[in-house]
Amino acid sequence: MTNPYRLENVGFINRDKKISFKFNGKEYFGFKGDTLASALLSNGIHLVGRSFKYHRPRGFFGAGVDEPNAKVQIELNGYSEPNVNATEIELVEGISATSQNCWPSVNFDIGAINNLLNRFFPAGFYYKTFMWPKSFWYKIYEPFIRKAAGLGVASIEKDNERYEHKYEYCDLLVTGSGPAGLASAFSAAKSGARVILVEDKPMFGGSLLTDDVTIDNLSGKEWANKIISELESMPNVITRKRSQVFGYYDHNMVAMFERTGDHLNNKSKYTPRQRLWYIRAKEVILSTGSIERPIVFGNNDTPGIFLSSGAKEYLKLYGVLVGKKPLIFTNNDSAYETAIEFKKNGISPIILDTRENHESDLINESKNLGIEIKFNYAVIAAHGYKKVNSATIGKLNNSKTGFENKEKINCDCICVSGFWTPSVHLASQSGNKLKYDKDLDAFIPNVSKQNEVSVGAANGTFNLKETIKNGFQKGSSLSQKVTGKEVNLPVPQTNEKKHGKHDKFWCVPLPKGNNYKRFVDFQNDVAVSDIELALREGYRSIEHVKRYTTLGMATDQGKTSNLNGLQLVSNIENKIVPEVGHTTFRPPFTPVTIGAIVGRETGHHYMPTRKSPMHKWHKDNNAVFVDAGVWLRPRYYKVGNETLQDAAKREAENVRKNVGVCDVTTLGKIDIKGPDSAEFLNRVYTNAWLKLPVGKARYGLMLREDGMLLDDGTTTRISENHYHMTTTTAQAANVLTHLEYYLQVVWPELKVNVVSSTEQWAGAAIAGPKSRDLLSKLLPTEDVTNDGFAFMHYKEVDFFGVKARLFRISFSGELAYEINVPSDSGLFLWEKIIEVGKNFNLQPYGTEALSTLRIEMGHVAGPELDGRTIPSDLSLDGMISKKKDFIGKRSLSKKDFIKPERQKIVGIVPVDKKTSIPEGSHLVDDKNFKLPAKKLGHVSSSCWSVEYNNPFSLAIVAGGKTMIGKKLFAVAPLKTSSIEVEVVSSHYVDPKGERVRS
Amino acid sequence: MLHIKCPYCGLRSQKEFSYGGDANVKRPKLNAEVTDKEWDDFVYMRKSPKGHHLELWHHTSGCRQWIKVKRDTITHEIYQTAKIEEQIS
Repeated sequence: MTNPYRLENVGFINRDKKISFKFNGKEYFGFKGDTLASALLSNGIHLVGRSFKYHRPRGFFGAGVDEPNAKVQIELNGYSEPNVNATEIELVEGISATSQNCWPSVNFDIGAINNLLNRFFPAGFYYKTFMWPKSFWYKIYEPFIRKAAGLGVASIEKDNERYEHKYEYCDLLVTGSGPAGLASAFSAAKSGARVILVEDKPMFGGSLLTDDVTIDNLSGKEWANKIISELESMPNVITRKRSQVFGYYDHNMVAMFERTGDHLNNKSKYTPRQRLWYIRAKEVILSTGSIERPIVFGNNDTPGIFLSSGAKEYLKLYGVLVGKKPLIFTNNDSAYETAIEFKKNGISPIILDTRENHESDLINESKNLGIEIKFNYAVIAAHGYKKVNSATIGKLNNSKTGFENKEKINCDCICVSGFWTPSVHLASQSGNKLKYDKDLDAFIPNVSKQNEVSVGAANGTFNLKETIKNGFQKGSSLSQKVTGKEVNLPVPQTNEKKHGKHDKFWCVPLPKGNNYKRFVDFQNDVAVSDIELALREGYRSIEHVKRYTTLGMATDQGKTSNLNGLQLVSNIENKIVPEVGHTTFRPPFTPVTIGAIVGRETGHHYMPTRKSPMHKWHKDNNAVFVDAGVWLRPRYYKVGNETLQDAAKREAENVRKNVGVCDVTTLGKIDIKGPDSAEFLNRVYTNAWLKLPVGKARYGLMLREDGMLLDDGTTTRISENHYHMTTTTAQAANVLTHLEYYLQVVWPELKVNVVSSTEQWAGAAIAGPKSRDLLSKLLPTEDVTNDGFAFMHYKEVDFFGVKARLFRISFSGELAYEINVPSDSGLFLWEKIIEVGKNFNLQPYGTEALSTLRIEMGHVAGPELDGRTIPSDLSLDGMISKKKDFIGKRSLSKKDFIKPERQKIVGIVPVDKKTSIPEGSHLVDDKNFKLPAKKLGHVSSSCWSVEYNNPFSLAIVAGGKTMIGKKLFAVAPLKTSSIEVEVVSSHYVDPKGERVRS
Repeated sequence: MLHIKCPYCGLRSQKEFSYGGDANVKRPKLNAEVTDKEWDDFVYMRKSPKGHHLELWHHTSGCRQWIKVKRDTITHEIYQTAKIEEQIS
């Protein structure tokens, strides 16, 4: 069995390794080294997809990154990936590809009716059609557009493949391994620079693989292999194939997408599928080559029409004929190379050249081979629906605006060349100000902003001799700039065929009476007529024309269409191309998978998870965890079939009745040392700190300069110049940065040092009326009586041989203590408390019970310290020192901060004493309110009060305490709930705070 | 992504830093008499210059020092970095 369009003995595929694959459900085979595109073409398959708007049949157009049409959905190893370029994906056993944007099949596609209706789908169709009536938008237009939009189908399955990120640094990054890249990398590496050479294809060599040239008497491919093997043996060189540099960012940071595993059949578990590289390069050489541009003619999107360079690549790399009766349509010499390759392999092409009787080495060679050349000819239109079967050609008149004659000839493929466009995408992304080169009819790099330089075709140099010479020169001069070493290598001798000048002809005129669609942008179905329409309708800026017509906005980013679009606009507008300007080149150059961008940061690896030293105990004892900042904290400890509410109620009740223990390791801790520590705290906190004695703790409030509360917590004076500050779990990092800012930037004269000690200490809070009894058993030699160790006192104690810090502080509002031990002893501390606590009905409690306890006590936390409240809003006026200045104090006297109608903290209870109030509910005073209604405040924290056995919430309400006794409505429109509530004091339980001091 | 030379650690990726705003802002002295306007200017009003800008950056995931960075807001070029106590021209 052979592939019908495969040549014997031509190409670099491995004919010993047959690979079977599926396309649209049917089985085919190709060889190792094939791309999906070359394998399909070898089987004579041209129809690969349908176009976006008109659903016209589309085939392969190029052979690489420039491909606008051949996007397929890939299924392999259990994953499904849309919009994969068939010209870039390597063939692997078992791969299955399907056509996109067609239903029920690519051969019979219902959507193709759009093609017949194309006069109803002009540029701006969506903008014009879906404007009115307005009420149609949500129910009719939007669902319709959503259904029509997009090409492939995104998978909703979890992606189980492995993706990685890598950071790399080098002196010189060379992007592209054609002649320019090889020459630059080689000469730079020889002078000792650290070089990274990358190539997007699976083989190094670029144009050397397909061009008929010699370097130092070796064929292009032989020379490339020689250079590569030498580079690969050098310790200062990294080479990578299958790697596309797709983004050029600030300070010479370059992003690269490497396909590490896509071509492997049995890759190991730890081989990533793809890898994203961040490369910081001192210098960058852009040897990205050029992309052939098409000539625009009638029905130029028909399957079987190729870029001539693509046809040559299929032939020379894969031994695949894109047709057996080719028509070559060109305005320059390079298409002659394709014709010569056909002829050498027994196929007779016909060349249509828009130029008048041109002469050059290649033309002469073609003539000598007996190839038929028709000068001054152009293809008017291709014919055939799913595959080209003939073309109408014609002799151009003198002004090339019409035809002297027309004839129809048979052909099975058309290879088109409209000259070359340097790939300036990366240069432009780097900030290089491009200039328009009149001789090339294209933009080339001009003024660099960063340390980059383009060499070879990317810089508009289309001959080998110059390219190799420039490559050697740039490679050694740039490496000398970095390493200081000068190395002069002999520049190799090259031999190539000379090219003549190209013809400035890029769009075939329509003969009178014909209305063939002439496509500029294939993937987005933008035809010449669409651009003409946009200009007629008044669009002038090329950026506007682009968005209105969607020219160059598809996944191929207009690699083959942008310049022709510009030419068209400049012709119609009677402007030269540089006046029209070009649209912005943006990363990524080619599509990058979301998997590669995300890398290993998925699921549990998305953020580091911090666990307390007691985590294992919690887990073993049925804790249900909750994310608290970056920490995992027990939310409750489940007993039997308890719900969250049941468990929280049980745990909180036990604290009020007996004693509970809570893991408070996650609390932020900051160690503060230095002779000016007291003065510093006095400036940072709103209350007075100068007179806090050693061995005592104090509650403090921190503000931002705008007067808003930043955080609260207790700070303890451990010794004369040593303090232990605690912050809330969520604000720990921000508070440290805040303190560092004031110490380093604002008051550098203060002799204070701060450092985070959060992870050095494990903490347990024991709270409840029986906590003292428990403590006396845990610390039998310590005096823990109310007189011996009063509220807000601190001492260092011996906890069964472990040095511990004991604080008498309380968040639950009960008699409570906190014990801190070095983290390594955390589990020991916890288990000891549990063990001894059994005699006191001790139960562990989680964050849910903790919230219940603090809410009914009226203690504020995150939901109240939401960045919009000042101390008086939370009835914390007593914490404000009148005698001293502190961060944010000046803001508190601003007019808006002292007005009586400010929203302030209160408690609320549902009138029925049963219905829980959703957090975030808005408070209004009219049950039958109509939107927009005046909002009096909002519910910040809700709980089920265990003290009163009814729901209780904290709320921030206009008027604050003056509202106590009033009835309001807590409404949550999203939950369609409206609850009548009564305003009460925020201190619902133990308003005098007697328990903590008992 | 910017490449910032921390005066303590050397060239590091922007990823390690957090931005801290205009380095020219001076906090009014403690206990000083400050008008509402002066205070509002200090708390809220910032210039958004086109071109040279002297900024504070915090080497958050590094040495945790606040540093000065003179940067071009258009080109992102960094002209100079310095320790907080050092003068930048």
